[in-house]
Amino acid sequence: MFKIVKREEMAEGTVILNEIEAPLIAKKAKPGQFVILKADEDGERIPLTMAETNKEKGTITIIYMVVGKSTALFRDLKVGDSFQDVIGPLGKATHLEKKGKVICVGGGTGVAVLHPITRAMKDIGNEVTCIIGARTKDLLILEEQMKAASHDLRVCTDDGSYGHHGFVTEVMKEVLDGGDIKEVVAIGPVPMMKAVSSITKEYGVPTLVSLNPIMVDGTGMCGGCRVSVGGETKFACVDGPEFDGHQVDFDELWLRLQAYMEDEKKCHQDYCTIRDAK
Amino acid sequence: MPEQDPQVRARNFLEVPTGYTHKMAQEEAARCLQCKKPGCVEGCPVGVDIPGFIDLISKGDMTAAIRNLWSKNALPAVCGRVCPQEIQCEGKCILAKKGDPVAIGNLERYCADYERENGTGELPPKQKPTGKKVAVIGSGPSGLTVAGDLIVKGHEVTIYEAFHKAGGVLVYGIPEFRLPKAIVAQEINFLERLGVKLECNAVVGRTVSLDELQEEGYDAVYVGVGAGLPRFMNIPGENLVGILSANEYLTRANLMKAYKFPKVDTPIPIGKNVVVLGAGNVAMDSARTAMRLGADSVKIVYRRSREEMPARKAEIHHAEEEGIELFLLTNPTRYIGNEKGRLTGMECLKMELGEPDDSGRRRPVAIEGSEFEMNCDLCIVAVGSGANPLLTSETPDMQLNRWGYIHTDERTGKTTKKGVWAGGDIVTGAATVILAMGAGREAANSMHDYLTLGW
Repeated sequence: MFKIVKREEMAEGTVILNEIEAPLIAKKAKPGQFVILKADEDGERIPLTMAETNKEKGTITIIYMVVGKSTALFRDLKVGDSFQDVIGPLGKATHLEKKGKVICVGGGTGVAVLHPITRAMKDIGNEVTCIIGARTKDLLILEEQMKAASHDLRVCTDDGSYGHHGFVTEVMKEVLDGGDIKEVVAIGPVPMMKAVSSITKEYGVPTLVSLNPIMVDGTGMCGGCRVSVGGETKFACVDGPEFDGHQVDFDELWLRLQAYMEDEKKCHQDYCTIRDAK
Repeated sequence: MPEQDPQVRARNFLEVPTGYTHKMAQEEAARCLQCKKPGCVEGCPVGVDIPGFIDLISKGDMTAAIRNLWSKNALPAVCGRVCPQEIQCEGKCILAKKGDPVAIGNLERYCADYERENGTGELPPKQKPTGKKVAVIGSGPSGLTVAGDLIVKGHEVTIYEAFHKAGGVLVYGIPEFRLPKAIVAQEINFLERLGVKLECNAVVGRTVSLDELQEEGYDAVYVGVGAGLPRFMNIPGENLVGILSANEYLTRANLMKAYKFPKVDTPIPIGKNVVVLGAGNVAMDSARTAMRLGADSVKIVYRRSREEMPARKAEIHHAEEEGIELFLLTNPTRYIGNEKGRLTGMECLKMELGEPDDSGRRRPVAIEGSEFEMNCDLCIVAVGSGANPLLTSETPDMQLNRWGYIHTDERTGKTTKKGVWAGGDIVTGAATVILAMGAGREAANSMHDYLTLGW
């Protein structure tokens, strides 16, 4: 059992932070790696990239948006409750290198995954501009943390309620036009990563994206997480989760993410109906 | 052994054979000739004293019968169900020559089931503690055999399992209707009662490395992690939604119990027209699962002929009885999808048999211009698996062969890394439960020698 020692709600309760006791995983985990969590006996195995690890306390932190039954089950766990299973650390760690000027772009809960990578990028001596976005001001997460993790933080909201009025890609273009950007790291919804990658391709700037496809085991056994990268099939769980954004077939990834959409909707509705009745 | 009616069972997940009554078991046991030189024992990869336990059944001493079985086989309820007896013990039975061997598998199964339902629960004796610690990586059939053998020899044994539940292929691969999961849980519980410790959610190579296990003070390590890397066809359209590896499909159905969705949270795609590629036991398991999940039609597509199908005859027979069609000498060339990226069909070529290939089987050759399309909305790819590099790539001082499987001494299971043994599918490539158990038995003997005498 993996006990929750801290729980926070963000973005008007749509995003949840859980700090979980998992000493073996905390000892090994590096930025960019993920875990698989399962709430209870009949639960689904859900992969989530870690937002934070603390070797001394033996804890890991995940930040997730409540989108279906499984994440709703996670949301309903309180401090002191436990996840039945947490498996990890899985996947390859981010390849970190001192390159000079880099941009880290995050959208939605992707910002949580981006945070440790941004901090590590800065720690090894890169000059980091960070651009984060959300639909509206109240849905923005980790602004303070991202400010501390980078040299320059730019914020965007789709509705203009805070920061730049518009998409992260618009601000990114401005920064790219400033010149001499060596790398872009983009983590967020698939359409955002696709848009970022297509722009950076024009600029010829290498771009790293972190993918979160559907998977079961996370150890290369099921092949459910296959993605096309440069025309080749890769398994996100063992070959990724990070790939060259210029090579990823985002349209295929997007379609594969919809595979169980109808099932998920029904399952989530049933869960909410039963929970509200209680 | 009596079975559920094919029409009925094709739509449920209950076990197909319903089991012997005590009278039936005793009658079957009485058919054994008690040969002086029993061929059946020679045919058993773990050397079960077959005439011995059968004699005890016919005498009605069920406690002694299960004890006899346990002395050679820690998983009799499993082996009685999934071993290919027709090419092992029963194939070597003297009565097989007349076409009707003693039903050794059924008797083994009966004996284990009797113990589970009516037995005393009394454990076999254990030797006194040696103070030596053993780590077993992977809780499939070979790992469980090693654990069972070494715990009774007095060593401390801990099993590390990557999944959240122990049993390996017995829980994620073999379906409920062939091997009920409650029975696997019971066999594992038996090992735990003997003192075996179980660490689930431990991915060796990620959560902890093999070197770290040795540093932690394990005197010997057994690697039985299975093959576990799914092969695909590598034909156009393979990443369409609706194409799954058999590993994924069966793991969802079996380990995650997705056949109970939405009572459990893991979904599984439900196909109307299902195609399964491949013709081994895993293909049969996938096809029969798809039928039980409500498919209108399930087709097995295989590029060779019936003769070359690698599945057990009994499994093919069961599948056909349940309405699964065989499309033999047929090879898929590409998948066809719609604008939503979902599978809608597949293009195939007709094949004919040519000259024998490396495997000695006649090579299938495409018949030019024989392309045809078939409708399908779910395709399960069951064309074998390769070596999963997760653990081996983190353990560079353990030698691999050219296919990525672990190189071992054939007789002992010793790897090239000191204090480490390996066996099962990660050494041989995909094989059977009992062969993995046989490898586990040999490794356990060698490990015991090492722990008591030295490398």
